[in-house]
Amino acid sequence: MSTTDTQGELWEVFIQSKAGQPFKHAGAIHAYDREMAIENARDTYTRRGEGTGLWVVKSKHIVSVQPNEEGYFFDPANDKVYRHPTFYDMPEGVKNM
Amino acid sequence: METKIKYYLQIADNALILSHRLSEYCSRAPFLEEDLANTNVALDLIGLAEAVYEEVARMEGKGRIGDNIAYLRKENEYVNSILVEQPNEDFAHIMARQFYTDAFHFYFFTELCNSKDEFLQAIAHKSLKEVTYHLRRSSEWIIRLGKGTEEAKQRTQTAIDKLWKYTPAFFIESKADVQMLKNEVGVDLHTVYNQWKQKVSEVLYLAHLKIPTSDFLIKGGKEGVHSEYLGYILAEMQFLPNKYPDAVW
Repeated sequence: MSTTDTQGELWEVFIQSKAGQPFKHAGAIHAYDREMAIENARDTYTRRGEGTGLWVVKSKHIVSVQPNEEGYFFDPANDKVYRHPTFYDMPEGVKNM
Repeated sequence: METKIKYYLQIADNALILSHRLSEYCSRAPFLEEDLANTNVALDLIGLAEAVYEEVARMEGKGRIGDNIAYLRKENEYVNSILVEQPNEDFAHIMARQFYTDAFHFYFFTELCNSKDEFLQAIAHKSLKEVTYHLRRSSEWIIRLGKGTEEAKQRTQTAIDKLWKYTPAFFIESKADVQMLKNEVGVDLHTVYNQWKQKVSEVLYLAHLKIPTSDFLIKGGKEGVHSEYLGYILAEMQFLPNKYPDAVW
């Protein structure tokens, strides 16, 4: 048995918690158009003051790494300590690094 | 004082009864996101109603609380407009009812921000934020439905036409409206009506829907005269406080 999805397209939702902060992925919603997508995102994810910024983007427009590519995409970073910024002293008072 | 309480109740009863209609629809929307959105609006409205009922209880000074006023009046003591008690026939009716009410609330609370009554001025500012969003959402739904499939267009036109005749109930002045306007507490409903009419015409134009021209208009509500539906709403709402008068949340 197959079921047809009649709820519109899938959109990914990104929320910015404070001005200047990066947008973080919050989840996904269904919607038929852009206006509806941003409103559904607002009603689903930001009802309790979670954000000051909101992005939605159609899930199909997100380019992602395929599971079988994971190895050569991510592993090479692990054995090179100089790629990690651990040799710097962080000034006091810097909170978002 | 009695007139002022009546004026407060007109505001609260519209919010309470519409909120109840939206709550009835909880879990029945076409999909999850829409269900959340509708119940969000219901929650905003119940918040508005609650604040006003609490203030009324405080003003009358009889030791009652907001709940007593919200739930324990007779049908003819409710002064909501007859539009908000109309049933959830289908999604188009729900959205048309919402759109007409949101547009009224938007211009009503905009005007009420200038009230000389401190409480009403504060509640108007707070509600205006919520209502601005409600109006945006319901306007976009009307446009989306109007420009949607043939069936969507036809059902929405039917709902817009059918509910049109109840809309004057918002704008016909009750004695409380006249008195409160004179005291610079209330708003001028003629101003609100002109803005409302303009907005409704704009959105219906964008939605490729016809503006109803019917002059068969029903004006009930504010003076306690209601449609056959309010009694059933109250029977459901009042069942619990009648059976368990001491129940607490």
